[in-house]
Amino acid sequence: MSENKDSKVKNNAARPPSFWRRFGMQFGIWSVGIFMWLIFVFTASEAFTSKDIYLAFASSTPLFALMAIPLTLIVITGEIDLSFPAVMALATATFAKIYSGTGNIWVGFIAALIVGTLCGYFNGWLVTWFGIPSLVITIGTSFLFRGIELAWMNGSGVGLTDDKLLGVANLLVGRSFFGIANQFWWTILATLILWFILNRTQFGAHVFLTGDNKTSAQLMGVNVSRVKRRSFAIMGFFAAFAGLVASFEVSYFWPTLGEGLLMNSIASVFLGGTSVFGGIGTVTGTFVGSFIIGAINAGIVASGINAFFTQVFFGLVIILSVIMQAVISKRIKR
Amino acid sequence: MNSKTPVIQLKNVSKTFGEVRSLSEVNIEIYPGEIVGLLGDNGAGKSTLVKTIMGFHQPDEGGEIWFKGEKINEWNVAKARELGIETIYQERALCEQQPIWRNMFMGREIKNKFGRLNVKQMKSEATRLMSEHMGFTSTAVHPDNAVLTMSGGEKQGVAITRALYFDAELVILDEPTVGLSLSETKKTLDFIQNIKKSGRSAIFIDHNIFHIYPAVDRMIVLDRGKVAGNYKKSDITMDELIESMYRVARTGSIKE
Repeated sequence: MSENKDSKVKNNAARPPSFWRRFGMQFGIWSVGIFMWLIFVFTASEAFTSKDIYLAFASSTPLFALMAIPLTLIVITGEIDLSFPAVMALATATFAKIYSGTGNIWVGFIAALIVGTLCGYFNGWLVTWFGIPSLVITIGTSFLFRGIELAWMNGSGVGLTDDKLLGVANLLVGRSFFGIANQFWWTILATLILWFILNRTQFGAHVFLTGDNKTSAQLMGVNVSRVKRRSFAIMGFFAAFAGLVASFEVSYFWPTLGEGLLMNSIASVFLGGTSVFGGIGTVTGTFVGSFIIGAINAGIVASGINAFFTQVFFGLVIILSVIMQAVISKRIKR
Repeated sequence: MNSKTPVIQLKNVSKTFGEVRSLSEVNIEIYPGEIVGLLGDNGAGKSTLVKTIMGFHQPDEGGEIWFKGEKINEWNVAKARELGIETIYQERALCEQQPIWRNMFMGREIKNKFGRLNVKQMKSEATRLMSEHMGFTSTAVHPDNAVLTMSGGEKQGVAITRALYFDAELVILDEPTVGLSLSETKKTLDFIQNIKKSGRSAIFIDHNIFHIYPAVDRMIVLDRGKVAGNYKKSDITMDELIESMYRVARTGSIKE
């Protein structure tokens, strides 16, 4: 364009943002992880130098990591979901009921995933249609989904030890490659898929824009309501899958399934560097965050520290990480 | 296309928010290659009009929007942009924590036929546009830099370059010079002349008559949601325009 001929295009030294600016947050998360690991290696060297504890991480952490990873998308859009533990249970109840009714594993499996997705979509619909803050409405739907499940199951669990279920159990939670639990590979797969969705699809681009500045996104033609509904639906899908994994891991469907996983999942997301204000976040950060949370749980016990201290440690790590992130993001803005 | 066919035409467009009527039976048309100035006091409905043209607001029942001689029924922002209307909003409409390339292609990301985003191309296009069209000399033009690291003028540069990239038939500039330095303002005014030279149309909204008058072919005065006046530049001098603007503000009527 001619009007800019006088401006100094040749001096246009376009420098990339510094390493610190681009990767500061990721760097912080990884340092916390490595620092924690070193503490445990020194305080509980026996446990932390044997492979058993790592195999234990690989089997227990995915139970909440599988939900923390899709939760990242919702948090990036500026929303939150508190109902996914109940969705886990309702979806797995669907599987148990359909399997015991028809004897068909795959119909039950797919029905569970559909129910989970619909529950998530319902959350998203309530949030976007009525404009209710998700923090409030998903407390409501959490009771609703849990209540439906408990009433439907009459409060009792179902054993998943049927011989016919061995195949699907092996697929979901079997052990492979030196005894690593399959749910670990599912978690890796979920991370890869959601990384692709978030970073290489238009929907993913709109997730960032929606959470960053909703009005700007709308002015530029982004359908922010649809983006949120889809994010919640993805969450529901993965909650259903995680419900099946968690139940097959213990070969039993507990009607209280999911209780105790809420805080672990949410903590993993924030520990992983996702901004509570929306617009910023990575699924790989959440992945690392999940394993830090998982390691704290196991590490405290293995270090011989009184298990009652787990929560103290937990709290300290989360508070320090979030403070660190706040400091890092302030420096990035400068 | 016949040059007598307006690029965009609003017929009887009203917009009511609850009890407040922001626009009332507005009829305007913009022809190809025409720069139209939109004047009016605060609260005259300028921004509402822009957002209605863009499909951000839906007009009340009975209002019609015609694009190149065709009535458009389902009007929304994505469709307006697809047809070739781009707006540089007063509030910039940027997502500031995001890198420049995401802002540049906001809502119209480049993707292949399988829906996979072409991030590499978006970044290189963003770099090319920022240096060729805006001639930025600061380091802030790297496509990976977050918009919040940029100055006000640079941010405006992103918004303008974005409108330019998509080869819009109609560019709407909503108070584009607010908060800009003198040289940045000149650059923006030059940009408007370039739109005209390439045969496209623009709607230019500004408080400053001294910016509007030299840049436009026609002026529409909006007052309390109504079109109060519509002048060809050849029919009115700047003094007469200022005089009638005062009159409108006082009496709500353009006539003496």
